[in-house]
Amino acid sequence: MTQQIQPAEQPPNPAHGSSTAVSSVSEANSAERFTDPGLPPHRHRLVDVDPRAAKRAERQVATLFILSMIGTLGTLAAIIGIEYEGHNEYFDRLAAVSLSTKAIGFALFVSLFCLGVGAVHWAKTLMPDEERVDYRHRQRGTDAERARAVAILKDGVAETGLGRRPLIRNTLIGAAALLPLSALFFFRDTGPLPGTALEQTWWDEGEYLIKDPEGGRILAADVQLGSIVHVMPETIEEAGHDLLAEKGKAAVILLRLKPEELNPPAGREDWAVDGIVAYSKICTHMGCPVALYEQTTHHLLCPCHQSTFDVTQDCKVIFGPAKRPLPQLPIMVDEDGYLVARAGFQEPVGPSFWERG
Amino acid sequence: MSTTASRPASRQDKAAAGVANFADDSVGASKIVNGFARKVFPDHWSFMLGEISLWTFVILLLTGTFLTFFYVPSMGEIPYEGVYAPLHGQIVSEAYASSLAISFDVRGGLIIRQIHHWAALIFVASTVVHMFRVFFTGAFRKPREINWVIGALLAILAVFEGFTGYSLPDDLLSGTGIRIAQAIMLAVPVVGTYLSFFFFGGEFPGHVLIPRFYVIHILLLPAIMLALIAAHMFLLVLHKHTQFPGPGRTNDNVVGFPLFPVYMAKMGGFFFIVFGVIALISAFVGINPIWAYGPYDPSPVTAGSQPDWYMGWLDGAVRLTPGWWEFTLWGFTFSMNIFIPTTVIILVVMAVLVAYPWIEQIATGDYREHHLLDRPRNQPTRTGLGVMALTFYVILLISGGNDIIAHMLNLSINDLTRGLRLLLFVLPPIAFWVTKRICLGLQRRDREKALHGRETGRIVRLPHGEFIEVHAPLDEYERWMLVQHESQRPLELQPAAGANPDTLFGKVQHALSRFYFDDRVEPVTPAELEAAHHHHGHGGEHAAIDPSEKGSAKTTNSLTTQG
Amino acid sequence: MTRTLSALSARRRHPLAVVLLIALALTLTGGLYAALVPQPASAQPEQSASATDIAEGEKLFIANCATCHGFNGEGGDPQPTGWGYGITGPSLVGVGAAAVDFQVGTGRMPLPYQGPQAVPAERIRFSQEQINQMAAYVASLGPGPAIPAEEFLDITALTEEEISRGSNIFRTNCAMCHNFAGAGGALTKGKEAPALFNVTERHIYEAMTTGPQSMPVFNDNTIAPEDKKAIIGFLKSIHSQPDPGGLPLGYLGPVSEGLFAWVAGIGLLIGCAVWLGMKSS
Repeated sequence: MTQQIQPAEQPPNPAHGSSTAVSSVSEANSAERFTDPGLPPHRHRLVDVDPRAAKRAERQVATLFILSMIGTLGTLAAIIGIEYEGHNEYFDRLAAVSLSTKAIGFALFVSLFCLGVGAVHWAKTLMPDEERVDYRHRQRGTDAERARAVAILKDGVAETGLGRRPLIRNTLIGAAALLPLSALFFFRDTGPLPGTALEQTWWDEGEYLIKDPEGGRILAADVQLGSIVHVMPETIEEAGHDLLAEKGKAAVILLRLKPEELNPPAGREDWAVDGIVAYSKICTHMGCPVALYEQTTHHLLCPCHQSTFDVTQDCKVIFGPAKRPLPQLPIMVDEDGYLVARAGFQEPVGPSFWERG
Repeated sequence: MSTTASRPASRQDKAAAGVANFADDSVGASKIVNGFARKVFPDHWSFMLGEISLWTFVILLLTGTFLTFFYVPSMGEIPYEGVYAPLHGQIVSEAYASSLAISFDVRGGLIIRQIHHWAALIFVASTVVHMFRVFFTGAFRKPREINWVIGALLAILAVFEGFTGYSLPDDLLSGTGIRIAQAIMLAVPVVGTYLSFFFFGGEFPGHVLIPRFYVIHILLLPAIMLALIAAHMFLLVLHKHTQFPGPGRTNDNVVGFPLFPVYMAKMGGFFFIVFGVIALISAFVGINPIWAYGPYDPSPVTAGSQPDWYMGWLDGAVRLTPGWWEFTLWGFTFSMNIFIPTTVIILVVMAVLVAYPWIEQIATGDYREHHLLDRPRNQPTRTGLGVMALTFYVILLISGGNDIIAHMLNLSINDLTRGLRLLLFVLPPIAFWVTKRICLGLQRRDREKALHGRETGRIVRLPHGEFIEVHAPLDEYERWMLVQHESQRPLELQPAAGANPDTLFGKVQHALSRFYFDDRVEPVTPAELEAAHHHHGHGGEHAAIDPSEKGSAKTTNSLTTQG
Repeated sequence: MTRTLSALSARRRHPLAVVLLIALALTLTGGLYAALVPQPASAQPEQSASATDIAEGEKLFIANCATCHGFNGEGGDPQPTGWGYGITGPSLVGVGAAAVDFQVGTGRMPLPYQGPQAVPAERIRFSQEQINQMAAYVASLGPGPAIPAEEFLDITALTEEEISRGSNIFRTNCAMCHNFAGAGGALTKGKEAPALFNVTERHIYEAMTTGPQSMPVFNDNTIAPEDKKAIIGFLKSIHSQPDPGGLPLGYLGPVSEGLFAWVAGIGLLIGCAVWLGMKSS
C-alpha cells in the first residue's frame, strides 16, 4: 500500500477563503473546540494476518461464483425445460406457468445473488481495506478566477451591444417568449373540443332498460324488494366505436324500496315505478361505479373513496368526499310491464367539471 | 493466484496493453483512469439506499425492454382467445390480451413482468428512503442543493412513471385508476375539461390513452429520468460523496475506499444482489394478477380499488377531503374537493421540497460548504420537521388503504376515516415536538457521556457508605464523535451574522433562526471537560471515573441549555 | 369446446387416468342428462317437506329463534340502536327455507352477540337435519326462496364458456362488494361483504336468492339460475386453480403488495446494504 496517503491534520490545500459572511459561530468556537484526533489506527482483518483465513475467503468467493454458474444453467434449463405448449387445459397451463415462474425466478436469484454476494465478499475480505483519504476542493473559484470570469462575461455582453441597443433586446425577449406558444398549439388535434359531450348520455325517452352484462329487458314485477339490478340502455351496442365511453356515462343501477321509503323532490314524484328507482352508477366525485348497495340501510357506497349516498334521500351524499347526489333517471313501464326510460338524464352524470355549473 | 507473475510478458499482458493503448489514443483513457479510478468513496450502509434506487431503475430498463417486445399498446377491442378460460370470449383490449399473453404464453414472461412490477414498487420506495436519508443527515446543504432538487424531480417523475406503467395492462383495476386520473384533470379550474379532452383524445376512455401512456412510459419519462440521473451522478462525482463525522473525517477530506477496484466490486456486486433479491420475491410472490381483475369496462368495479402504493398518499388525501369543498360560483364548478388534495398538494409538496435547502440556509445564515453529514440528533429542529412530514405522509398513505384496513381489522370505515382526518392535523405537530425533545435528550446524553465517560454498570460502595456507578473514560476517538459538531445558535447571538434585522428579510431570517436554534444543547468544550475533571469532590456525587484515569470522578448537571 | 371443470383439473397421463376417464365419462353423462332434461324455470326443489318435519322445525324454532323473531316468526319492529341495526329480529314470513339454511347453516344464526352484522360462526350448532326442519317450518309461514336443488349447484359439468360468462356477471354484480377474487370488502359503519373462499356452493346460491344482512337480493329473474351456477363455477374455479404468479397476498391488490414491497423488499435490501457496509472481521 505504497500509495496510501497518511491522514493529515490539515489538508495540503486549505480551503479557499470564502468571501461571503462566514458564520461567526465557527470562529468564536474554534478556540474552545476539541481537536480532531485523526484517523484511528487501522485494525487488520483476520485475512490480513492469517493466510489460512485468506485461503478460506478465496474458496468462499469461488464457491459463490460456481453457485452463480449453476444458477445460470438452472435458468436456462427452466426456460427450455418447462413446456407451456401442450398444456392446453387451462388448469394445466396455469400450473406450468406457476412452476416455470418459480423455477426461473429462483434460478435467476441464485445466479444473480451469488454473483453479487461473491463480488462483495471478495471486495470486503480480499481487497485492501485500509481507508484512503482524498482531499476536497471548494466548488467556488478563487477571487481572481471569479473576477476574471466576471470580466469575460461583461466584455461579452458589451460586445453584443445589448445594453446600447434595447430594441434588439426587447424584440428578442418577445420572440423567445412567443416561440413556445406554437409548440402548445401543435397539440390542438390531440382531441376534440368538449362541446356538450359531457352533458349527454345514451339515455333518452323510450330507451328500454336491459340487464348488465347479460342483456334482456326487465319486467317491473321481477324487481323484488331489496334487490339491485345493474342496467344499460338497450341500444347501447349501437354506440359501436364509442361503446366504452357511452357505457361510462350510461351505467345505471335499478333499486326497489318500499314506495313510502322514498322521498322524491318536488316534481319528480313520477320518476319512480312503484318504489323502483334508477340512479346513475357513475360517482359524482371521480367517476367510479357506485355499486355497493346495502339493502337494509339503503346506502350506496363508492369503493374508490367511500362516498356514501342515501337512496331514501334522493341519493344525497351522507359521507365522504363527493358533493352532489347521484343523478336520477326517470323511468316508467310500457304496456307489457317492461321498464323504460321516461326521459334521459336531466343533468350531467359523473365527476364535476368547470363548465357544469 | 499469481499465475501471471510467473510469465512476465504474457500474451494477455500484450493484449491488455494493446487495448489500453487504443483506448488512450482514441478517447484519452489514461486521463480518465488517472482522474477517476482511485476516487475515494466513503462506506456506510445508508449510502447504498440511493444505489438500490439506481439499480432498480436499471432493472426496470432491462425488464421493460423485454416486455415491449410482446406488449401491444392498443385499445382496439378483440374477443379474448388465449389460454385463461375464465375470460374466454369476453371483449378485451389488445393491450390487455397481450399482457395476458406475456403472462401465460411467453416463456419467462410472467417472471419478467413480476420482476418489473416489484422493481417498480421498490424503485419508488428506495427513492423515498434515500431522500429521507439525505434530508435527515443534511446532505442537501451547500454545495448539493441542485442535486437535492434533481432528486426531488426524479422522485415525482418516478411516481408518474409508475402510474403510467400500472395503467398499461388496461385491466379493471388500472382502468379505474385512469378514470380517477381523468376526474383529477376535469377538476382543474377553467381548463380542466379541455385538458381531459385533449389528453384522452375525446371522452373517457377513448382510444388513444394507452398508446399515449405507452410513449410517455417507455420513452418520454425514462429519457428525462435518465438525463436527470446522469446529472445526479455527475454532481455526485464532482462534489465527492459526503461522509459521516468521525475521527480523521473532516469537511476537507473524504475517507473511504478507491473506486477501482474495491468500490467497483461492491457496487457491481450490489447490482446483482438487488436484482437477485427482486427475482427471489418475484419467483414466489405474485403481483398485479391482471387475469383476476378482468378487462377494463366502466361499469364493473372491484371492492378495495387502490392505486399502487406510491399514489396511495394522493388517494388518501382525496378520501379524507370532505365533499363541501366543492362549490359553484358565477355558474362554474370549483371542484376543490379534488383539485386541492391532488394537483395542489403535489405542487405544494414539490415547492417545499425544492425550497427546503434555501429555507434552512436562511435560518442558519450559513453559506459555507458542508461535506460532513449531521447526526440527526444534532439538528433537532430539522429532524423534527422531517419526522413531521413523514408522519403527515404516512397518515395520508394509510388513508389510501382505509377500506382494506377497515375490512381486515373489522373497523368501521366511517370512524376510521374521521379518526384519520383528526390525526392528519394532530399527529404531525406532536411528532415534531416529540422528535425534537428526543433529539435534545440524546444530545444531553452525549454531553453526559463526553464529560463523565461511559456507564460501566459496575457499582462500588464508597467508604462512607454511598453507592456510585463507575464511569469508564472515553478515548479521544470516542469522544470526538460526541463533540465534533458545531453549536448552532440563533442569529441574535451572533451580531455579525445574518441580514439586517430591521429589514423584512432580516426579520424573517431572525424569526426562522429562533425557531430552529432557540432550543439547543451545546457540544462539550475542552474547558468544560477540564472543569468536570477539576470540580470533583464538590456537592453530591453519584458517579465516578474509573480510578485508572488521572483525576478521578465528577458529575455535574450543568447543561448549558439556553432559550 | 365442451371441456368440463373436472376434466380441466385432471392430470394428464396420470396412473389413475383410467379411473379419471371413467369419472369423466360419468360426469359427462350427468352433464348430458342435465342438458337434455328440460329445466324448471326456477330452482324449486321437487320434494316438499313433510308435516312431521314442519312440526319438529317449529319446536326447534321456538326453543332457539322465537326470542328475537317472535313465536310465529312475525318478528318485532327493529329498534335502532346506536349502531343502526335492530335488537329484535326481522319477520321471517316469506324469507323462505333458503334463508334459514344459509343463516343457520353458516352459523350466522342464532346471533351470538350484537355487532354491526351477523358473522359466520366457527361451529354450527345444528345438524343439517335440524336445519332442514327449521327451514321447512319457516317456509310454511309464507312462500319464499327454497333451498336450491342439486342440479343448480353441480358445477362439475360447466363448460369454459359458462365459467367465462360467470366471471363476467360476477364482475358487474358481485365484485364491487366481494372484491375481484371474492376476498371480501368493507361496507359502511363496520359492516362488510364477507370473503367467499370456503363458502359452499349451496350457501353462495342461497345468499344470492335471499339477500342476507346488507346484501341485496338477486332473484331468478335478475340473475337466472344457470347464471348463478356459472358465477359459483367461476368462483370455485379461481379458488382451486393454481396461482401462476405465486403467493396471492390475500387477493387484496396493491395495498398488500405495497406493504410487502416495503417490509420484505426494502427490508431485505437494507439488510444486504448493512452487510455490505460492515467491515470484515
